[in-house]
Amino acid sequence: MLYAILSTFVLAAFSPWVHRLAGRYSGWVLALLPAALFVYFASFLPAINAGETVVIVTPWMPGLDIQLSFLVDGLSLLFALLISGIGFFIISYAGRYLEGDRDLGRFYVVMLSFMGSMLGLVLADNLIAMFVFWELTSVTSYLLIGYRNEDPKARKAALQGLIVTVGGGLALLAGIVMLAIAGGSYELSEILNSGDAVREHALYLPMLILILLGAFTKSAQVPFHFWLPNAMAAPTPVSAYLHSATMVKAGIYLLARLNPSLGGTEVWFTVLALFGAVTMFLGVFLSFRSTGIKSVLAYSTIMALGTLTMLIGIGTETALLAAMTFLLAHSLYKGALFLIAGILDHEAGVKDFLQTGGLRGALPITSALAMLSALSLAGVVPMLGFVAKEAMLESVLEAPGLVPVLTLLAMASAILGVAVAAIVGIRPWFGPRVETPKRPHEAPPALIAGPMVMAGLGLVFGLGPGLADGGILAAAARAVNGGVPVETYLSLWHGLNWPLAISALALVTGLLLYSRWDRARERLAWVDIAARFGPERGYDRLMDGIVRISEWQTRLLQSGYLRYYIMFIVLATAVMVGVTAQIFDVSAGPLRLQDLRFYELAILAVMGASALFAVLSQSRLGAVAALGAFGFTVALTYVMFSAADVGITQILVETLTVILLVLVLFRLPGFLGLSPRLIKLRDAAVAMAGGGMVMLLLLSTHNAREFPSIAWYFIEEAVPAGQGRNVVNVILVDFRALDTLGEIFVLALAAVGVYAMIRFRAEDRK
Amino acid sequence: MEIAMAFVIGGLYAAAIYMMLRRSIVKLVIGLVLLSNAANLLIFTAAGLTRGAPPLVNVGDVLPPGPSADPLAQALILTAIVIGFGVLAFAVVLIHRAYEVVGADDMDKMKDTDT
Repeated sequence: MLYAILSTFVLAAFSPWVHRLAGRYSGWVLALLPAALFVYFASFLPAINAGETVVIVTPWMPGLDIQLSFLVDGLSLLFALLISGIGFFIISYAGRYLEGDRDLGRFYVVMLSFMGSMLGLVLADNLIAMFVFWELTSVTSYLLIGYRNEDPKARKAALQGLIVTVGGGLALLAGIVMLAIAGGSYELSEILNSGDAVREHALYLPMLILILLGAFTKSAQVPFHFWLPNAMAAPTPVSAYLHSATMVKAGIYLLARLNPSLGGTEVWFTVLALFGAVTMFLGVFLSFRSTGIKSVLAYSTIMALGTLTMLIGIGTETALLAAMTFLLAHSLYKGALFLIAGILDHEAGVKDFLQTGGLRGALPITSALAMLSALSLAGVVPMLGFVAKEAMLESVLEAPGLVPVLTLLAMASAILGVAVAAIVGIRPWFGPRVETPKRPHEAPPALIAGPMVMAGLGLVFGLGPGLADGGILAAAARAVNGGVPVETYLSLWHGLNWPLAISALALVTGLLLYSRWDRARERLAWVDIAARFGPERGYDRLMDGIVRISEWQTRLLQSGYLRYYIMFIVLATAVMVGVTAQIFDVSAGPLRLQDLRFYELAILAVMGASALFAVLSQSRLGAVAALGAFGFTVALTYVMFSAADVGITQILVETLTVILLVLVLFRLPGFLGLSPRLIKLRDAAVAMAGGGMVMLLLLSTHNAREFPSIAWYFIEEAVPAGQGRNVVNVILVDFRALDTLGEIFVLALAAVGVYAMIRFRAEDRK
Repeated sequence: MEIAMAFVIGGLYAAAIYMMLRRSIVKLVIGLVLLSNAANLLIFTAAGLTRGAPPLVNVGDVLPPGPSADPLAQALILTAIVIGFGVLAFAVVLIHRAYEVVGADDMDKMKDTDT
């Protein structure tokens, strides 16, 4: 399993060379990997259908208890099959669609990495690993959306997608850490068995909010839906892939995956059902009033995502099976439709439904496939979309609450859904022939293969829902249901019931709406104005605000004056240390001064006085002299307290320092009174704060020893191991000899620097 | 004794910070000298002050007679003193050089990169 996922990344790394070698067949060659993966995943089918759950563990960071473990059950297998299966068609399609594109090699790298990340995300058993893959999909999809990097719109859309999804990812990380705390493990397979503990945990609500933020941003739920239509800036194969099986479905996967441990509560139902239903309606509504081929499809994806979220929220057995069926149906028809949109663009040069019409004759196969997929989108017999839609309506009618609201929204969406399907399935193909920028002709096999298989499967599964129902879909629904088999089945014919009536009503009303599409769009022009106050505007405002705030704080913090930097550092440290001291209740301890000896006190007094004089002196020589006196008192302190070697070094260095300062500073002008009094007072206050903090630290750490000193090792080993009786010397030249070598190196560097500066001056004068 | 040292070291830090906040480069250097000495004393004090027990071993012995001062802190400080001197020497010459180019001891006049 590990190798299966790794193989995509390895192939990604080599794909530019493969591309160069294989030339125009590179798409087919590279698509062999997803095909092989599909076969590999399919080999799990018998075991999963028999009700097994496979966990494959590879140790990753054993010390941190992070494992690279994979969980294969119905849900992850369904996703893995979709990702690899649709991936096969996408990559072979892209090879033809982007043929001759300068950056096709780069495209393969990112596309294959994205596929690998997506597979990792759905198969990972460890929460941390899942999160890493989750973020990887965000990053790789950023690169995919921004593929046309010369286009500022593409760059902006890519960044928007990245910021929204990664922002949600951040919330998700916090959420899954809480989940792991509540569930007692980072392994999904274990968390899923401790649902009650999670639901009754005190962190349940914050955890739920954070995880939902992650899922909702990824799956473009209202109010985070705006990034998805903008992501249409990506090349069409990318859009097809992102929308059908991957990226946006990652959030759905997460919700479905965590349903056994998080689901089943009042909050879960209310939030998911409401947000899902609103997203569903808004998506299809916005889809209905768009005219761009890709944007109609993009908004209808939002509808699908809303539907899935709602169904998972409802959470009854029918709803879960409906969700899985809908997921499969949507992946098939949406993948096909996006690829057909690509064909229209590639073979006829049209990007907007208003530019199309009567293309049936020029693209007979494509048009047939588009109509077939549109039937599935509309939910018409005998497609899988119909089965899914019936099941969806049935579960809405049986929902544990909010039935009127959900039913109303579901009905409205069903009606508009039919209208949208008619736009897709009728508008470009029938009616009077419209002149297209390119002379339209039927697509080559690489482009048509994907839609053909996907639309075909939609029909096959529709005619025989048992094919999928008895196998992977039931297994997936069982996984979402927490391992309990769902006692329900799919079928084309459920008898005369309410869902069927609603479907029929929706079909008629939807077609009527479609016939008045042009007029309806005019009527809905106000939406553009309303959109100006929508969430996207909020996003733009937020981005502008962040830029302004960072400008302001850069001007404040990066002033270019050394003293302000020092001031900020000192004050920030003082405040942080002070706050920490408050929190941990650090106290200074008793102020005992009895053990002080007279001469020590005298030396300390001289030390303080000379330092003060060095600060206050108006003459440079005076300051340097005071500094010398200060240095010697420091040396005396070392000697007094049993550090003879340090004292000797200090005396030597101090002598050299004074000589150096006198020699150099004498060439500089005298001190000027540069700062006014008020500034001096302010600086003195800052200095006091810094000094006070150090004093407090020293007082509070006095006699505090949390761990035994390591000095004893050096004292004990000095003679036996170092053959020296002066322990300090042995440490310097033996135990820590490399440090000393580094020290010598620093000194040599300083000497070279000093020499160079003096030499250059000499040369300047010549 | 550590208590008294704490007060003195706090004062030294304050003095050093004050000097580093001045516009004059020479004062900055003086602040630097004060700061490095204060930091050394801080480590020295934090390791514990011991009177009259240097970490020395008598001829023929394996361990020092009785408890002795912490040799590790001393070794660290010794290294720090020497490196501090190297940095100071470099800084002083650099300042001198900068003064020759800019013609002023005022850091505010050294903000521009082109002279």
